[in-house]
Amino acid sequence: MPEVIVRKTVISVEEIYHERGPVLDQPHRRAYIASVIQNPFAGRYVEDIVSFIDDLKPLGLSMAKQLIEALGGDAGVVEAYGKASVVGEDGELEHAALWHAPGGYSMREQMPNSKAIVPSAKKVGGPGVRIDVPVTHSNASYVRSHFDAIEVGINDAPRKDEMMVILAMTTGPRVHHRSGGLAAEDIFGNDGLK
Amino acid sequence: MKIRKIAVTLEETHLEIGKEISPPTRRAAAIAVIENPFSGKYKEDLSELMAIGEELGGLLGRKCVDALGIEPADAESYGKAAMVGENGELEHAAAILHPKLGKPLRAEVEKGAALVPSSKKMGSMGQPLDVPLGHKDAAYVRSHFDGMEVRLNDAPRSDEIMVAIAVTDSGRPLPRVGGLKHEEAEGKDGLR
Repeated sequence: MPEVIVRKTVISVEEIYHERGPVLDQPHRRAYIASVIQNPFAGRYVEDIVSFIDDLKPLGLSMAKQLIEALGGDAGVVEAYGKASVVGEDGELEHAALWHAPGGYSMREQMPNSKAIVPSAKKVGGPGVRIDVPVTHSNASYVRSHFDAIEVGINDAPRKDEMMVILAMTTGPRVHHRSGGLAAEDIFGNDGLK
Repeated sequence: MKIRKIAVTLEETHLEIGKEISPPTRRAAAIAVIENPFSGKYKEDLSELMAIGEELGGLLGRKCVDALGIEPADAESYGKAAMVGENGELEHAAAILHPKLGKPLRAEVEKGAALVPSSKKMGSMGQPLDVPLGHKDAAYVRSHFDGMEVRLNDAPRSDEIMVAIAVTDSGRPLPRVGGLKHEEAEGKDGLR
């Protein structure tokens, strides 16, 4: 059972007051946490990688808690979420897929409203690579106001034998959302979709 | 001052080149994206930007210290930088950074006898801005010379300015190039 070895953690919170439209009293917040970890499968083909999912669970839980903490500690303020992973050049895209379960369920376990699937992105890249983490409403994927994305990157990660795993959360819709569609207040919230 | 957004980033390094960093080195950056009041025109008097710098020195300095979760006195190094969108001029960055930003920043990190190292550039959305870092009380402390890259994919727009302050509670992860040490610094003259 490979150990999860963390080299660095980055937490970022954006407060958005306006985007050239009406200024909000309370800014919307968009936050992410990224952990740079060693890729235990770097440099060779390993057939059986699935056990690393369980190894990643404690890291996922800890990251989700830190992210909620960075947003003030109340998971109830989170309205949308997303996740992503980037694998350094000695790894393979399939390694990035190991983050789906530990990344997604770590957030959902701690959020009262999280019926929707957690959207995700993945790629292989070098240090400084940017990845756009997709974000959707946490209780109903079709809520149009909450479709968003957060760009994440760290200038020195991922190195060749590393992977970068990311969780993202927002406290509201796009700042001046007005493109129609299903509104957050109109959802049924039973099936995770509408 | 019209702020469009503020971003705060905290970075912790636990491991470097296979060696454990304990406690982890930590640094924070706070970035404000503001409207450039002088976008698209030459203005001789830049005092409005100087006042903005004064406000941001306190606001962003406090955000960094809060993100680090430390007492102000436990901050060890700092730095500042600004990137001006294409309809402004480089002098706008200077007006924000140099005349008035330092004093309120120093109040947030307690003391700050040393010069606040700085960088400035013209730039566009998504460009990286490297914020230089130096020891806050003794500029010659060699372990604390560093830099922190910040960037926001949607800033600065052409009529905006991105202002960043970085604060740490530690130096580089594995300092070993000699020079004056943090523990040896007197911190009286800002240099040693």
